[in-house]
Amino acid sequence: MKEINSTAITDAVIKLCAQANYELPEDVLNAVRTAYDKEQEPAKSVLSEIIENAELAAKEQIPLCQDTGTANFFIKLGADVKISGIPLIKAVNKGVSQSYKENYLRKSIVNDPLERKNTQDNTPANIYVEETEGGKIEITFLPKGGGSENASMLAMLAPAAGWQGVKDFVIQVIKQKGANACPPLIVGVGIGGDFSTVAKIAKQTLIRQIGSKNTDVHYNEKEEELLKEINALGIGAMGLGGKTTALAVFIDAKPAHIASLPVAVSIQCHSCRRQTIIL
Amino acid sequence: MTISEILSNIENLKAGQKICLSGTIYTARDAAHKRIVDALNKGVKRPFDLKNSALYYCGPSPAKPGKIIGSCGPTTSARMDVFTPQLLEAGVKILIGKGARSKEVCGSIVKNKAVYFAATGGAAALLSKTVVKAEIAAFEDLGAEAVYKLEIKDMPLIVAVDCFGNDIFMRADVNT
Repeated sequence: MKEINSTAITDAVIKLCAQANYELPEDVLNAVRTAYDKEQEPAKSVLSEIIENAELAAKEQIPLCQDTGTANFFIKLGADVKISGIPLIKAVNKGVSQSYKENYLRKSIVNDPLERKNTQDNTPANIYVEETEGGKIEITFLPKGGGSENASMLAMLAPAAGWQGVKDFVIQVIKQKGANACPPLIVGVGIGGDFSTVAKIAKQTLIRQIGSKNTDVHYNEKEEELLKEINALGIGAMGLGGKTTALAVFIDAKPAHIASLPVAVSIQCHSCRRQTIIL
Repeated sequence: MTISEILSNIENLKAGQKICLSGTIYTARDAAHKRIVDALNKGVKRPFDLKNSALYYCGPSPAKPGKIIGSCGPTTSARMDVFTPQLLEAGVKILIGKGARSKEVCGSIVKNKAVYFAATGGAAALLSKTVVKAEIAAFEDLGAEAVYKLEIKDMPLIVAVDCFGNDIFMRADVNT
């Protein structure tokens, strides 16, 4: 057994919230730079602003985007870890509350979807915990803006729809919603599982590095195929037209019911902020 | 271009044209729009003079000590579509945000000889450097959704829907 005190978790979360909101991951920045080299005006100017913005935000330690997002956490909890102090979920929310208040991050969460009073500290966070082997805790933070989250969609297809049906749905979502979600996008696709699982796995793919291969060779091919088709739509950076509508497509699939083919499309804007800490 | 130059040359602005905007603009997003439209419906005092005004769909992050404003990029304009025609009827002339607008909004832009500009979403740190002065103008209780009066200098924008209804977005069917 390895004992980890909850204060270490809270401290890690405080750091993650600030760092992720100020510093764009290198793989994302490189993907934007590659797109910049390929594009023409007006997309080129947009991509240039995105690159300049990332450099400025990192240098001045200010938020890349005013929408510092819903605080999403994907946590791998080692089976040999014993957490002392307060429980994990509480420890994470405590870190979010403190960091969003101390680090000039925007508080974007309302208490109730209809009453809509701001909770003033960006809690509660969305926290997904997965048990793994070993004595470590791996915490990945993905602050996600409302604009791109609003562009995400889910469909329960009939099994007969198959891969073509999945692809048609993804393309339909990008056509309908892509321009408003701050492209170039990262498109997370969940296939299978059930209604609730599929949305979660789609979102979780967004923590993958751009340029990383899918561990399943067939899905890797499908990711490349979808990326090509999405970029052929010509929506382009900020919807102003161009070759780069998406920087990456990530797919995750899970076993499904004999009657169901769930598909979820989790849309991520170009400000794909994520950071990981291992305790 | 200054706000008054825009207003006196509105017919010369063409969709796709890039400009740098200077002058006074007001931030307003979902909650502020609802309150302004409520004020119009009830015939009570507006939070600021809407005639010939410029609206920026933005909810800035908090300013660090010694800074004028926090990061302040545009939010998705389409969410404001339901309120926009009424605001244009009430005299608003300049809209600034990101993404496509509904057919109704484009029609109202033509009818009221207004203009919609797009700023680069997610370039919020960069855009904060174009703000030379910021103060809360209304609805302080809304926090990030309060109305801020901003003095801006050379904010980089692109004409997205001009006063003739030309639209740079590829699709006109977006209404999310």
